[in-house]
Amino acid sequence: MLSTLHHPPRRLSRFFPANNKPRHFHTKPVLSSSQPVTDQSPSSTSPPESQILSIRHSLLSREVTATQLAETYLSRLKLAEPQLKSFIHVSNNVLKEAQSIDDKIKRNENVGPLAGVLVGVKDNICTVDMPSTAGSRVLENYRPPFDATAVKKVKEFDGIVVGKTNLDEFGMGSTTESSSFQVTANPWDISRVPGGSSGGSAAAVSARQCVVSLGSDTGGSVRQPASFCGVVGLKPTYGRVSRYGLIAYASSLDVIGCFGSSVADTGILLSAISGHDRLDATSSKQVRVLQISVSQEVPDFTSQLISAALLESKPLKGLKVGVIRETLENGVDSGVKSTVLGAVSHLEELGCTLSEVSLPSFSLGLPAYYILASSESSSNLSRYDGVRYGNQAAAEDLNALYGDSRAKGFGSEVKMRILMGTYALSAGYYDAYYKRAQQVRTLIQKSFKTALDENDILISPAAPSAAYKIGEKKNDPLAMYSGDIMTVNVNLAGLPALVLPCGFVEGGPIGLPVGLQMIGAAFDEGKLLKVGHIFEQTLQGCRFVPPLIADGIPQ
Amino acid sequence: MASFLFRTIQSHSFLLCPTTLLRRNNGAFYCSMKSTHTQTATQEKQQPPPKIKSSPQGNQAKTRTLDRISKEYEAIIGIETHVQLSTLTKAFCTCPYNYGAQPNTSVCPICMGLPGALPVVNSKVVEFAVKLGLALNCKLSFNSKFDRKQYFYPDLPKGYQISQFDIPIATGGYLDVDLPVEYGGGHRRFGITRVHMEEDAGKLLHADDGEYSQEITFPIIYALQVDLNRAGVPLLEIVSEPDMRTGLEAAEYAAELQRLVRYLGVSNGNMQEGSLRCDVNVSIRPVGQSKFGTKVEIKNLNSFSSINRAIDFEIARQALLYSQGKADQIVQETRLWEEGSQKTVTMRKKEGLADYRYFPEPDLPEVILNKEYVDSIQSSLPELPEMKRRRYEEMGLSMQDVLFLANDINVARFFDATIEKGADVKLAANWIMGDIAAYMKNEKLTINEIKLSAAELAELIASIKGATISGKIGKEILFELMAKGGTVKGIIIEKDLVQIVDPSEIEKMVDKVLSENPKQLEQYRGGKTKLQGFFAGQVMKISKGKANPGLLNKILLEKLNAKS
Repeated sequence: MLSTLHHPPRRLSRFFPANNKPRHFHTKPVLSSSQPVTDQSPSSTSPPESQILSIRHSLLSREVTATQLAETYLSRLKLAEPQLKSFIHVSNNVLKEAQSIDDKIKRNENVGPLAGVLVGVKDNICTVDMPSTAGSRVLENYRPPFDATAVKKVKEFDGIVVGKTNLDEFGMGSTTESSSFQVTANPWDISRVPGGSSGGSAAAVSARQCVVSLGSDTGGSVRQPASFCGVVGLKPTYGRVSRYGLIAYASSLDVIGCFGSSVADTGILLSAISGHDRLDATSSKQVRVLQISVSQEVPDFTSQLISAALLESKPLKGLKVGVIRETLENGVDSGVKSTVLGAVSHLEELGCTLSEVSLPSFSLGLPAYYILASSESSSNLSRYDGVRYGNQAAAEDLNALYGDSRAKGFGSEVKMRILMGTYALSAGYYDAYYKRAQQVRTLIQKSFKTALDENDILISPAAPSAAYKIGEKKNDPLAMYSGDIMTVNVNLAGLPALVLPCGFVEGGPIGLPVGLQMIGAAFDEGKLLKVGHIFEQTLQGCRFVPPLIADGIPQ
Repeated sequence: MASFLFRTIQSHSFLLCPTTLLRRNNGAFYCSMKSTHTQTATQEKQQPPPKIKSSPQGNQAKTRTLDRISKEYEAIIGIETHVQLSTLTKAFCTCPYNYGAQPNTSVCPICMGLPGALPVVNSKVVEFAVKLGLALNCKLSFNSKFDRKQYFYPDLPKGYQISQFDIPIATGGYLDVDLPVEYGGGHRRFGITRVHMEEDAGKLLHADDGEYSQEITFPIIYALQVDLNRAGVPLLEIVSEPDMRTGLEAAEYAAELQRLVRYLGVSNGNMQEGSLRCDVNVSIRPVGQSKFGTKVEIKNLNSFSSINRAIDFEIARQALLYSQGKADQIVQETRLWEEGSQKTVTMRKKEGLADYRYFPEPDLPEVILNKEYVDSIQSSLPELPEMKRRRYEEMGLSMQDVLFLANDINVARFFDATIEKGADVKLAANWIMGDIAAYMKNEKLTINEIKLSAAELAELIASIKGATISGKIGKEILFELMAKGGTVKGIIIEKDLVQIVDPSEIEKMVDKVLSENPKQLEQYRGGKTKLQGFFAGQVMKISKGKANPGLLNKILLEKLNAKS
């Protein structure tokens, strides 16, 4: 269960080893003498364990009931919520659902692998018994008549949807500030943004308001908030998880992703929700490459995960890791850079062979992404016309009905992107913008393919900085957009990427977490999870429990 | 009519009970809106149409006008046809479509465009498109895709229509048409520019239950209702080359297309239900000019004859403007055919300015065909109307017969089955086109609904040819078979209808008649030879119609003239 250890995380200067073995790395690791010495006490920095597996163990051994667990989470959720505002809606059925799991256990019936696991669901993912607003006024009070496939699967595996988490309206944003309803705070420092657009889902897992959560990632909306909030975030391969029921932002880029406080939890959630869906023509029929099975009574995920004790044996020996040069150049916060380089050293210690990889088209990804995503969103958001559902403006005629419903229903960021997308698709501009961006996309796909033919995984920071202050970039959209530079290319290429906390930079009461992004080949999530798990289990000297819960909220 | 939930401002009642949404009989949702549409209809008062002598009351005058016009001007006509496919389910979801169902009873999150819903292609749509593409002699795109065509309209739930833009599934084909004999006949080949797949929109309904065509504009404040049953129903759009020159050619092109989709079984082709909808583009130019004139689109054409008449009206209207030096008054616009007044009126102007912002549909994968698939469809194609007509022609049937028999796939099948049983081709054609067609028309039955089978028709024809029964008896049997069924042999035996071919038996009857009518016999022999018919009738009467007419007449004549 959750630890209540009060240990301030420290900077990970230990990752810069004293021995100067040769590296294929262009940046000289900088030893910062100003950084505090890392606390090496093993008891305080035990690696994160799988909450899902320990919940399962506790339930089946009758140590605790699902109801008790749910009550614990709900009380913590409610305590933290006034400060965090991670949730737009909290389910009224949590205890009822927990009770039915307890009943099943009492009757010695089989329970699903997510039994008793409280799952937060980003509010752009449809849930039948709860509002699904996508963070927009235009869908205020909208309740869909169906569950998204991912939600349906969570429920089939006995997971409990605890509520709907806050997001930037329709997923358009990197801070969760453009939600129509509320601004979510970062549990590490409530004056800072949790990232976005899945800021609510990331903050909720970080603050242990739920065990795991679903987010969506169109240009980094799972990975960047995971990095900001110090949790594990996984963006699956495009097509791995059904998009049915995900309220579309940019259909060719959108994927549903997972948050967890450990790599294991993230992987278990992914394996629960992935698979072909006949309701999503873009979902892949590729057989499940994930070796994590949730159909079995006990997930066999642990079998392939290697304990920390094996660190000495260089468990990742031979793994070829490419460090993307362009992600550690100008524009990246120096603290983030050194933390990520620390992670690189750690991978090297684990036996990885590191090399530097250049993706020349990398910087083209950002403009290409914003053209394609805006274009698709301008089309996807056409349906919010006030005619059939959602908020409808009072109007004298049809055009006014359309105009006023949309003017009142959409926030300014959404309007800006609809305008950009409409412009990019207009006759006479299509070739210069949309078509060109598609060509860039092809280039990016090719360059990733080449890099991943030569390397098992690629790594980069998840974001150029740690969490920044609420309001800091609100009026500077370009600065905010440029924060997506680390992540958008992965969406354009449709690849899977795992972000996991790898250290801290200064900021906030006890430091701010920094995320490492690992990018894999299409449908190679299994490898990412394995590497991520070993990395996480062997990473010493930090514990990614935010002060908000570490300090005060009882378990 | 379903109970309509009128939606005014700020109401979401239907969304608050989401579980009852699907397939609920009263799950109608409406936006009650006061609406002034931008595409406002131009009132005829504002712009009076030119008076044209060829008003519907004077057909001869009309013909003369058309003749004169056709000497001076050449009309260029192209047709866009939307064919609704008779698939079991809609194009991108599993809702069925039944014409005339209660509004909003055949809808789901996908065809209603609810947030988060995604389309999945019904593979039958692709199959039907390939079928029609092949039947229209088109080149198929083995790698095509869907695109989004974007515009706002209350009957379009997603704010875009899933269609095909730059890579249609089929291009560059043609359609062969035989013009009706009564209009001079002739064979024409009209080019097909493209065939593409798309989805239909819903329907706007008037609050008082009157159906509102999506094309009709509503300048007055109305409460509109939306019926989404039709939204997402698969369509094939077939665009012709501008190869037609007269209303008749255009109507025959449309009729041939209807025949083709019915032969293929991809659509019921019913124009009244909107399963086959034609929009025509008409422009004229002085004979000899190579530059095209300004084209005008005509909609609301609900029958082949309205296509014919609307185009001829439009040609005359434009020609008059030309001849008056007012060619600049022919503007690019959409006009409606008004059946009542038999003329076209302006519906909306400034066509061509719409920017639909097409882009590839990201929710659907590309449509990839492979050779095996196409070959298997090609080899499963039925004999098509054109092939049938050429075959019938080679059998020696007249073009009139050919056109009649090949017009309806079911009639053609019946005819083919009849001759397959060995029936004489010409006789079979005559029976079908004569008494059988008349019976079907009177009883309002299709050839599949009458009880006569092709095998029995063949038997009937053989029985007459083999002189088992007379033609007259044959006709009686035919009606019996059509109304009640049964077999020719059974009826012949049951009613004792076998023809009397024994000369001695006929002779006896002739003798009897002659002896019973001495007065008439005397008159005959006195020169009133017309009475032969009277005697023949009397003999036939006592034979109950069974006497072989040839033998009867031969014997009768011998007897009548013997003692003179």
